[in-house]
Amino acid sequence: MKRELLKFVAFSVFVLLLPLQFKGGYLMNVLVFVGINTMLAIALNLLLGYAGQISLGHAGFFGLGAYLSGILTTTYAWNPWQAMPVAAIIVGCMAYLIGFPVLKLKGHYLAMATLGLGIIIYIVFNETVDLTGGPSGLSGIPYLEAGGIVFDSDVKNYYLIWGITLAVVLFSINLANSRVGRALRAVHDSEVAAQVVGVNARLLKVQIFALSAVISSLAGSLYAHTMTFISPASFGFNFSVELLTMVVIGGLGSVYGSFLGAALLTLLPEFLRAAQDYDIIIYGGLLVLMVMFMPGGLVRGVPDLFRRIFKSRGGADHA
Amino acid sequence: MQFDQILQYTLSGLSTGAIYALIGIGFSIIYNATGIINFAQGEFVMLGGLLTLSCLDLLKLPIWAAIPCAVAVSTLAGLLFERLAIRPLRQPTPINLVIITIGGSILIRGMAMLIWGKDTHAIPSFSGDDPIAIGGATILPQHLWILAITVVIIVINKFYFYHTISGKAMRACAYNRRAAGLVGIDVRRMVLFSFMISSAMGAVAGIIVAPLTMIAYDVGVMLGLKGFCAAIIGGMSSGIATVVGGLLLGVLESLGAGLISSGYKDAIAFIILLLILFIRPQGLFGKADSERV
Repeated sequence: MKRELLKFVAFSVFVLLLPLQFKGGYLMNVLVFVGINTMLAIALNLLLGYAGQISLGHAGFFGLGAYLSGILTTTYAWNPWQAMPVAAIIVGCMAYLIGFPVLKLKGHYLAMATLGLGIIIYIVFNETVDLTGGPSGLSGIPYLEAGGIVFDSDVKNYYLIWGITLAVVLFSINLANSRVGRALRAVHDSEVAAQVVGVNARLLKVQIFALSAVISSLAGSLYAHTMTFISPASFGFNFSVELLTMVVIGGLGSVYGSFLGAALLTLLPEFLRAAQDYDIIIYGGLLVLMVMFMPGGLVRGVPDLFRRIFKSRGGADHA
Repeated sequence: MQFDQILQYTLSGLSTGAIYALIGIGFSIIYNATGIINFAQGEFVMLGGLLTLSCLDLLKLPIWAAIPCAVAVSTLAGLLFERLAIRPLRQPTPINLVIITIGGSILIRGMAMLIWGKDTHAIPSFSGDDPIAIGGATILPQHLWILAITVVIIVINKFYFYHTISGKAMRACAYNRRAAGLVGIDVRRMVLFSFMISSAMGAVAGIIVAPLTMIAYDVGVMLGLKGFCAAIIGGMSSGIATVVGGLLLGVLESLGAGLISSGYKDAIAFIILLLILFIRPQGLFGKADSERV
């Protein structure tokens, strides 16, 4: 546990000092998105990596959070700080209710059901034009504000988003190392075995699904308030796949892996500006290659690789 | 609502439904032979359409030669997909299989985008565009082509699975893979066959639908998902149940789009999908009726 705490402190210091390196600029904006995507990847990882339940509809929950926040603060002129928890609660309740029939399904069927759910939500964003503005989007969403500070610049947003992201990281690490986390891993390995030792697998799966949706919704609200403009295109099937890619690349069941995956996939397109159209191929290729050659993700794959290199060199020395 | 209008929606729904049925059977064949839901199924539909386009435009082939060419290349793509992505998988857990077929589908879509660009393309109808009047409704010759070719494919399928050794071996794999292996069936070869057959069927679906709906690198996603929906309604059977599922879906979608709202047309399929998965995951017609081949 002490080691976990040390890791977290080191990570926090790294995150908090990073802006000094860049002093504003465009990259800060990208780093804000790394924060939001880290939250989303962790949310999906809790479900996929720990409980072993896949979801291809998480962009839907992300979008619901963003749209609920956006609509409440623009059309109904709510305070963003009120809109955010209300959005999270609504999304959480929805996920909880829908979770019971959805999570009864397994494997491929679960993937298809969550995929269908995500696409239905996406279609609703597009079609309820009076409410959401339809395909042309919703604009004029207010920035967040606290104690006279308006979070309207990249640097301010960076600290806001990363503050919350770090809280999510800490929460998830605690959860993973708690009784609940162990129960989740038991469900992952064998639902029957978990139930035999007294874990209510069905309820637990639904609960973690709802929690995952709440975190995604929160990330969505923050996205809406930092961007001040949202449109359905950001919440489609492709984004669900991108989230899945982040989790798989980083490493299933690793909170810091989610950060690695999110950072890599958010920064990659920025460095591949020239290859704009190729990013879809790169995502596909990365997914295939990772599953084939590094099924544990970067967090496990890279150390393994080093160990193997060291071992072979060590062996040569002895010989 | 006028009867003529309903007839019109039903007729056009049937031909779309036939497409869903073909794609759905492709899903079922792979699922029954391997237990895999191939998320890349829709991409072979797209490949079929776009390859036909290239055969027509670049190679200047006549349509009757372009179609078998396109189907052959798509089948080859299916073979490569199985060999390069599915077979080498070291940990074939359901989640890894979902992820790798999704990755594969993105990869295929991306390559199609590089080759054919982002534009939507048109393919000429097989035999003109003069509408044919049926009752108070009209249909295009292409609609008849779709229905006829679907029937032919289903008959060939039936023949293959019930009257050839390789088809029977494939059915044996569907019932019990271990037992099939024990009686000397090369299960891995059957898995490969299943991928080839379903990519060929997907390609045919893409070719016959392209003159009606246009074709682009990204049409595979939706078509694939709706084909899956048809297969789910049919309880993952590769026989008549999935055909009925596809037709049902096509007609419901077409009626829903016409009578309720065209914007929610795509949502209809997914709502049906969720309802079936929640309430009758064994398919609309129950396990007893469906042939799990």
